[in-house]
Formats: sequence, structure tokens, C-alpha cells
Amino acid sequence: MIAVRCIDLCKTYRQGDQDIKALDHVNLEIKSGGFVCLSAPSGGGKTTLLNAIGGLDSPDSGEVWIAGRRIDNLSKGELAQLRLTQIGFVFQAYNLIPVLTARENVEFVMQVQGVPAAERQDKSTAILQEVGLEGLEDRRPAAMSGGQQQRVAVARAIVSRPELVLADEPTANLDSKTSDGLMELFVELNQHHNTTFIIATHDQRVMSYARRLIRMLDGRIVDDINQQAA
Amino acid sequence: MRTFAIISMLAWRNLWRNHRRTIVMVSAITIGVWAMIFMSALMRGMVNDMVRDGIRALPGHVQVHHPDFRDDPSILNLIPTSDSVLTAAFSQAGFDGWSSRVKVPAVISSERESRGVTLIGVDPALERSLDAVGSQIAEGRNLEDVNDGGVVIGRKLADRLDTEIGKRIVLMSQDPDNEIADRGYRIVGLFEASLEQVEESFVFVAKATLQKMLRIEDQVTEIAVLASDYRNLEALTEQVTGLAGENVEVLPWQKLNSYLGSMLKVMDGFVLVWMIVIFLALSFGLVNTLAMAVFERVREIGLMLALGMRPSNILGQIIVESLLLLVFGLILGNVLAWASIVPLQDGIDISAVAQGMEMFGASSVLYPALELKDMITANVIVLVLGFFASLSPAWRASRYEPIEAITKI
Repeated sequence: MIAVRCIDLCKTYRQGDQDIKALDHVNLEIKSGGFVCLSAPSGGGKTTLLNAIGGLDSPDSGEVWIAGRRIDNLSKGELAQLRLTQIGFVFQAYNLIPVLTARENVEFVMQVQGVPAAERQDKSTAILQEVGLEGLEDRRPAAMSGGQQQRVAVARAIVSRPELVLADEPTANLDSKTSDGLMELFVELNQHHNTTFIIATHDQRVMSYARRLIRMLDGRIVDDINQQAA
Repeated sequence: MRTFAIISMLAWRNLWRNHRRTIVMVSAITIGVWAMIFMSALMRGMVNDMVRDGIRALPGHVQVHHPDFRDDPSILNLIPTSDSVLTAAFSQAGFDGWSSRVKVPAVISSERESRGVTLIGVDPALERSLDAVGSQIAEGRNLEDVNDGGVVIGRKLADRLDTEIGKRIVLMSQDPDNEIADRGYRIVGLFEASLEQVEESFVFVAKATLQKMLRIEDQVTEIAVLASDYRNLEALTEQVTGLAGENVEVLPWQKLNSYLGSMLKVMDGFVLVWMIVIFLALSFGLVNTLAMAVFERVREIGLMLALGMRPSNILGQIIVESLLLLVFGLILGNVLAWASIVPLQDGIDISAVAQGMEMFGASSVLYPALELKDMITANVIVLVLGFFASLSPAWRASRYEPIEAITKI
């Protein structure tokens, strides 16, 4: 089954007097359960593509399909509902709500979804254990390390079992050991829960974990490598 | 509704994220609400005092006169129905208090001075229920019955006439045939009033004695009826009209003393304007606080939107935050106002500015009147207008594009 399909995506930003092509006729298909890295230098278009797939940014032209549903023409409310129920996000920074504890951050999406309190509690306890944060449930983000915060963000992204997890430079602020730990966690979740992962990065260590590596340059896909096959 | 719990929790925690700012804002709202209620209580107290004194000087909340009496308050404009018939009707009506009087302009002369006064012939037994100025005897005694031969005058008038209790004065008016009607009276009592003008203007004698002097047997110029609520007099006015007979004018005190009546209305409007002005000053602080709170949390708001929270939830969160601030301020403001007004209910001595106050008909002791309706008005104004004031920053917060907000520096 196709989890993500992008057809002829274009997106241009205006920067001063110049038009910058962030996406230039991008065509892409990612199967369910895929573990894909988008790699590009800064300004190469990987974050724009990730945002378009996540319904956070709208393309100038082209189509985006998630799990067989076209999303580029949805209203703001429909996109919010899509993000709430089908997509998990891990951002580079400012990932957590500072006034909520680790458990409350993990439960945030479920609470907005209307999941009953007891079920939320069970799920958040289990997922925090799974990401190795047992005992830190009641800590607020300010009292946790960067790696622990990213783990909380990952736990929040996957706790309600979304079909797709989008991670934008998730290891950018982490040391190599913590980065490896986080990537191993991604791989484990991908294998155990068949969740599709799309990770935007320019970190070679992160790319080495991906089964498929898509390289972008100036808004175009220039390379699409199946690393498992390689 | 399912998101209300998380919205409320976020609003509550965000409120205490910057303790100092929240405490300053709550303090500002508290002081504003206190000022609204406290100043309203002082103004109400002053107006109540003016109305009470004004009504006591009349006295009676609803009065019956000959239709021409207000333009020409002379003996020629008597109530057509006899006093005994009116007494029989009014005694059966079950009023809180009522009295019939003879009220005419007169000249009072002592051995040394003469002055123009309003001469009032009263039934002392009936007047007691009306708490009229003449019943507040400061020295000597009150009139005992309708045939008493004494006179009660104000202390200030006694000073002006250079006379005292036990001395005789002469009262002179005119009878219905335009002949001079006069009689000597002995001063039996001096009354005091909160306004000097009242002490100088009114002279009280027994009703029957005055009727004989004026040669108007069994006739009066005025009937006064007391109401339980001086603000709502429509039903009472209607009832009195039914009893007073033909060719009379029945009027509530607001029309008899239009200055006082309009003062009451003006004060209602003034209290409202005062409250709104205070709130407008407060609203700048409120909007600024919320705008700052939103500005500091742009990325967080973007994150919540990116995770699937709807803009309406963000709007709700900021509004709940604003309402929490307002509710805290309101609770503290109400308690502070109550705590500062109750100890002052025995009166605030403003004798230092008493002469100025008397120009407005207010006495030298101010009794703050804490009225429930003023408290409710202040609370409703702060809550309702506060809600509208918070809409602008809340709306801005809910309009952010998630990806722009997350990447905002």
C-alpha cells in the first residue's frame, strides 16, 4: 500500500527580489512501513517537502496524497484533523510544551483526540517505558536533557499509532550517542509497528539507518537509493 | 468540549509561567474592581443621604395636593375632601405610614427678628411613622397632640431669631378670605436636621391649632404617604390616587422634588460611566499582558497547531487565560471592596468639606452604601468587556500558520 504520493509538486518562495524554488516538480511514492531519509544541503527543499507531506505547508501546484487521500486541497480544519489522527511529528527543536510534564506531553495528542483518561494513562506509561523514560514521567521539559526531550517527542508522535511519522532533523541538537539511541528507537518502532518514517536530515549517521535514501538539490530529487538492496 | 480540560490546564499553567506579570495584572484588576465598587458605594451613599434628607424635609414618598398647590402653596389651594373623610379612608389602607397636614407660607417673629418660613400643622401621632425632620427633637419636647399650643422650630432658626425654648413667638399667615391670621405660640422644642437650610425653613405646630388659626376647620393642604421602597412608587401612587378623591394631584417625591429625582437617575448613569472608564484603563493592561503572553509562546502555539489542535482551541485557551485573570481579580476586588466598605458603614466624617457638600444637599457624614446591583454591574462589566478585550490577542494567536509560528525567531 502507498503511504505517501507526491505528484509534480512545486513550491516557490520569494526572498528579496529573488524567487527560490523550494520544490521543483517533485514526484515521489513511499510505501507503508517504509523507512526513508530525505537528504539535502540547507535550502535543498527537504523540510519544505516534509511540511507539504504533513499538511503544514501548501504547494503552489501538484498533488499530495496520504494513505490514498488527496490532502493538498483540504481546508485548515481538515488538515488539522489529518495531522491529529494520521501523522506523528518530531521537530528539530521546540518539540514539547514547556508547561506540561513528559507524560502530559505524550498524552497531549490523545487528549485532543478525546481518548479516555484511563486509556491515555496506560498508553503513555507503556510508550514512555518503551522509549526508556520510565521514572521521568512527571518531569517537565526544562528538567530533562535534549535527548530525553526528543524521546518524549518521539513517544508523543507514535503513541496514538499514526500511519506516518515525519521527523525534521530529529538529531540536530543531540550528541552522537544520543542520536544513535534515537535512531535505533525509530528503527525498532518501524519494525514493530509497521509505521512509515520519513526523516529529513543531512547527518550521515542518520542516513545510514534508512532503508531508502532520497537526495535532493535545489528542490529536485536527484537520487533515490534503496540502501537495503545496496 | 472534549478539549476543554486540556485548554483549561494549559491556560492555568501558562498563567503562572510568569508569576510577576500575572500578579501585577491580577493586582491591577483587583484595584480596579475595588475602585469601581468602593466609589460607587460612596456615590450611592451620598445620593441616598441627599434623597433621604430631601424626603424627610418634604416628607412622604407620595403626596396629595390641590392641583394648583405646587404653583401656589397658599391656603387657597386646600384639598377639597374633608380631613375626617380622608383620615377614615387612609387609616384603612394599611400604609407603612401616612399623615395629613396643613402647610402654608408664614412669617415667624420673635422679640427681635422676623423671617419667612413654611408653617406646617401636623398630627404628632401620625407624623412619628414618617420620621419627619420635626420629629428629631434635640432640645425640649415634641408636639403632643393635634391641639397642642406649642411650636417646634429648628435650632438654627432659634439662633437667627435670637430666641429659645419657653419664649413666645408670633406666627402670621393669611386665611382663605385673604385676611391676616396670626397667633402667639410658645416654643416647646428645637429640632436638628443634617442640613441647616431645613432647620431654618420649617416650623411645626399642632394641626387642629393651626386649622383654627387659619379658619379652615377640617381641611388640609397635604397628605403624605410613606413607601417601603422609595424607588418603586407606581403601585403606591395608584393606590393613593384611588383614595384621595376628586380634584387632587397625586405625585411621587421624584416629581415633587425633580432635582432629587433627576439626581438619582444621573447617579445611576454616572456609576456606569465610572465603571466603564476604570475598565478601559484596565483593558489596556489586560490586552498588553495577553499580547505579550501570546508573543512569547508563538512557537509553542505553532507546535500545538502542527500537532492537530484546532485554531478555535487556541482561541479558547487565550480567552480562558484572560477569564482566569479576570475572575481572580474580581474575587479579590469584591472581597477588598466589601472589607473596606463594611467598617465605614457607621459613616465617614467629611465635615472638613461639609459646607461644600451642603450646597448639593448632602450632610457632613457620608454613609457608603454597598449595593448588590453595583457589585453585579461591576462584575458583569469586567467579565463581559474583558472577554471582548481578550478577543484580539486570542484571535491573532489562533490565526498563526503552524509552520511559520514554529520557525519564528
